[in-house]
Amino acid sequence: MADVLKKVPVREQDPKVRATNFDEVCLGYNKEEAIEEANRCIGCKNAKCMQGCPVSINIPAFIAQVKEGNIEEAYKVISESSALPAICGRVCPQESQCEGKCIRGIKGEAISIGKLERFVADWARENGIKPTAPAQKNGHKVAVIGSGPSGLTCAGDLAKLGYDVTIFEALHKAGGVLVYGIPEFRLPKDAVVEKEVENVKSLGVKIETNVVIGKSTTVDALMDEEGFEAVFIGSGAGLPMFMGIPGENANGVFSANEFLTRNNLMKAFREDYDTPIARGKKVAVVGGGNVAMDAARTALRLGGEVHIVYRRSEAELPARVEEVHHAKEEGIIFDLLTNPKEILVDENGWVKGMRCIRMELGEPDASGRRRPVEVPGSEFELELDTVIMSLGTSPNPLISSTTIGLDINKRKCIIADEETGKTSKEGVYAGGDAVTGAATVILAMGAGKAAAKGIHEFLSNKDK
Amino acid sequence: MYKIRKAEKLADKIFLMVVEAPRIAKHCEPGQFVIVKADEVGERIPLTICDYDREEGTITIVFQIVGASSERFSRLQAGDAFSDFVGPLGQPSEFVHEDLDKLKNEKILFVAGGVGTAPVYPQVKWLKEHGIDADVIVGSKTKDLLILEDEMRAVAGNLYITTDDGSYGAHGVVTKVMEDLVLNQGKKYDKCVAIGPMIMMKFACLTTKKLGIPTIISMNPIMVDGTGMCGACRLTVGDEVKFACVDGPEFDGHKINFDEAMKRQQMYKTDEGRAILKLHEGDTHHGGCGQCGGDK
Repeated sequence: MADVLKKVPVREQDPKVRATNFDEVCLGYNKEEAIEEANRCIGCKNAKCMQGCPVSINIPAFIAQVKEGNIEEAYKVISESSALPAICGRVCPQESQCEGKCIRGIKGEAISIGKLERFVADWARENGIKPTAPAQKNGHKVAVIGSGPSGLTCAGDLAKLGYDVTIFEALHKAGGVLVYGIPEFRLPKDAVVEKEVENVKSLGVKIETNVVIGKSTTVDALMDEEGFEAVFIGSGAGLPMFMGIPGENANGVFSANEFLTRNNLMKAFREDYDTPIARGKKVAVVGGGNVAMDAARTALRLGGEVHIVYRRSEAELPARVEEVHHAKEEGIIFDLLTNPKEILVDENGWVKGMRCIRMELGEPDASGRRRPVEVPGSEFELELDTVIMSLGTSPNPLISSTTIGLDINKRKCIIADEETGKTSKEGVYAGGDAVTGAATVILAMGAGKAAAKGIHEFLSNKDK
Repeated sequence: MYKIRKAEKLADKIFLMVVEAPRIAKHCEPGQFVIVKADEVGERIPLTICDYDREEGTITIVFQIVGASSERFSRLQAGDAFSDFVGPLGQPSEFVHEDLDKLKNEKILFVAGGVGTAPVYPQVKWLKEHGIDADVIVGSKTKDLLILEDEMRAVAGNLYITTDDGSYGAHGVVTKVMEDLVLNQGKKYDKCVAIGPMIMMKFACLTTKKLGIPTIISMNPIMVDGTGMCGACRLTVGDEVKFACVDGPEFDGHKINFDEAMKRQQMYKTDEGRAILKLHEGDTHHGGCGQCGGDK
């Protein structure tokens, strides 16, 4: 009998093997393992886990169905709240959300809610179970800008309510950050993302790719000329930041966005795709977030020795613990308390190294984290051929600058009400990274959900 | 899918295509560009807009074969389609938003080099349609590579053609004509717009700096998304870093760091060369690209 205080372990690809391929790292539970794990759940009446979920999935109810082996029923319970369970089961930070609140976690390990959600969603997909479109449409047209997590969720929820929803996507493929940002080995594109997008389409949602709102057309034109009564903006936070240090425009310096987009959206890691990518032999990724881990583990799989260069210590790494753990297992080298000062460039304009300085932690700053300060005289050089800047992203002003009466804040984020997604412009709602700045998939989904409710209320009142 | 209405070979390795893209045709202005992808496995390639027809809902593009992707474009025929065609991207040319009366008093010189003739054409045409005649210099390596001559003649004030080898028009590079017009023929220009290969734009700018003519150039660096997301197209303009895709593609030519931009252009040269070799030689490719090691 397994230890009831511990999670049923999940099978993973061996670190040595997976460091050389792009197949998924985590292999997930099979049905027996899922039922065994589900049986650890004590089915709290006042379920804390649900409070930790930004889209309020009825977690005890779906786990109860898994215990009985009724996986289809479990899927239906999850589907009431989430349109993208196979994705959330893989990329949500469960440890700080549902699992972080789990009563089991007080005296042992929390229930593996994420892995159970993933199992249920994968089982449903493999068994061809799909959500169905509502029988009756209500005749209202809503436009959703961006097909990332917030847009897909908002569109799915509105379609379930009978709205005629069209998603406009700037890139050639739907999915937003799920397609261009998160790598294949964490979130398979064809097998998982595309299928969840198909599920949203099967609710009746139309997706028009290659439309850059603010360029191909505008929010105002969608409302005035194309008959959309409400618009949801879920355009994400797509603009990369750079450090502004010397040498940053050298050949071989990339934003994490560029590096990941080439690899994930354009599939540069595959021989049969045309888009090139720099296969660095010695690579530094500057930054410590989830995107930095994704970029580092991608560079590793492309054959490089990869260093994470981060100015604070391990405790402050913003990336999920699981991602840091996986990165270490695969052989990523962590140069912590280290900050770049200059990128060194050879006579042909290519990166040849990076001059860095050691840091130590001082007094806490505004974020509550101890502020890193330079250690005088500790400068040293790292020999490199590739540098990937992963310092965060900010919202793209393409939409806010071309929409009349849409207010933004100092950080160029759209100002929107948290409860309803309502912006300063009537009929226009917003959510996800476009509002908050770079955050997580599930928070964006929560915002998409809230905005769907807000839009439904707005258009229902209009009817009266 | 974006259907190709017309496909025409203009010169060796230079092609013109008219593509159905109603949303873009409705909103585009001179100076903007599109990103084109042939099929699932293709690259996203930025191409300047050569012409547009708002009523027909079509965009005209002109491109030269420089790599595997443009080679693949060139094989498409009328009736075929691009899988992806997105735009209009970037900022329109400055004069589109300028006061017309003020603009009518300005004398503008356009300098086009090679395929750069294509993005110059809609600008000169726009001015013509608004009652402004601009002088145009078109430079080409040789007579056979000259494109859009009749089209340009129909919209330009004075058209000056020059070829590097003297096979047609004047003999020499565009800067020679520029100097001749200003220094010998007494022409005065308030502004110059120079579009062509990076090296030509660099020398055109050196010339206009000497002649004291403010100059706009149009950059076509490596891009992926074209919406400001990847930063691959970053350039140094004065002491600022700009993204060609959202801040440009047109910039003050006297402020651009051309040397850096030209180095950045080489970033994937070897990879691109490898891709084209593979395309030409298929399974028979066993080296020569300097990458695969097959010849060692």
